[in-house]
Amino acid sequence: MYPDNFSSSTFTFLAEAEVGKHFYWNIAGFLVHGQVLVVIWFVTLILLLFAFLGSREASRIPHGWQNFMESALDFVTDIARNQLGESFYREWIPFIGTLFLFIFGCNWAGAVIPWKLIQLPEGEFAAPTNDINTTVALALLTSFSYFYAGLSKKGLGYFKRYIAPIPLLLPINILEDFTKPLSLSFRLFGNVLADELTITVLTSLVPLVIPLPIMLLGIFAGSVQALIFSTLAAAYIAEALE
Amino acid sequence: MDSIISAASVIAAGLSIGLAAIGPGIGQGNAAGQAVEGIARQPEAENKIRGTLLLSLAFMEALTIYGLVVALALLFANPFNS
Repeated sequence: MYPDNFSSSTFTFLAEAEVGKHFYWNIAGFLVHGQVLVVIWFVTLILLLFAFLGSREASRIPHGWQNFMESALDFVTDIARNQLGESFYREWIPFIGTLFLFIFGCNWAGAVIPWKLIQLPEGEFAAPTNDINTTVALALLTSFSYFYAGLSKKGLGYFKRYIAPIPLLLPINILEDFTKPLSLSFRLFGNVLADELTITVLTSLVPLVIPLPIMLLGIFAGSVQALIFSTLAAAYIAEALE
Repeated sequence: MDSIISAASVIAAGLSIGLAAIGPGIGQGNAAGQAVEGIARQPEAENKIRGTLLLSLAFMEALTIYGLVVALALLFANPFNS
């Protein structure tokens, strides 16, 4: 009934977007989206390669890759420090930094690399974050980690926050635990998918030059979304710790 | 698929985006206007204001994106498409 492919012209095949079609793998009875896993592995390999290059010849005066990776580390450290404060931020740098780098890598892998050159029997390679399963997994990780942060800091007294100002607010406080991962995951998923759809629709109308600014906007929005996701994750953890 | 259901889904998809764009549009306009005012008053604080503005704009944009997610669910993963 509805078009699964947004464009049909042979000139625009590089910008096609397929929604709801997946390259299924059957692993131990579970159907998994293979195209998402492949791109995730690719992003992970790139990040590992960067980290390896940056720390291979670590010296007191950094240059080359080490310089670049140190500035990246400074950036994610600043995200964690701004939200969590001086006393707690240190142990959360790995989590916040991983979230930022992974989402950033995923968004850029979808926006920068012409995956369409590789044909799949069904589905397509794209940013892994345009699959809602990826973003929900990341958001649930955030949920678990702020529960862990609160429980490890305060013990069972953590649950006192549910009746925090007055017991009347109990339902709203419980609801908040569900809306946090929901909004986190929908925000990331919707933004990444919206970028790809906008580019596809524009490309099917005008294949040349006109979609370029939108592609640049997509690259910019991808980095902003990664920043927002990690900032919010840090803010939720800080809220549980305070 | 029933043609009534598909017609209703398409209309609802359009409405969900359009209505979801009103509030964030007003909010983003307010925020950007205040930021420009702030920069005009204190040009030396421009970098800080820009960072905060971009972050809050992305938060407001998320509201429209929720509408978009609903529209996409209606178009591509319609729960009434038996």
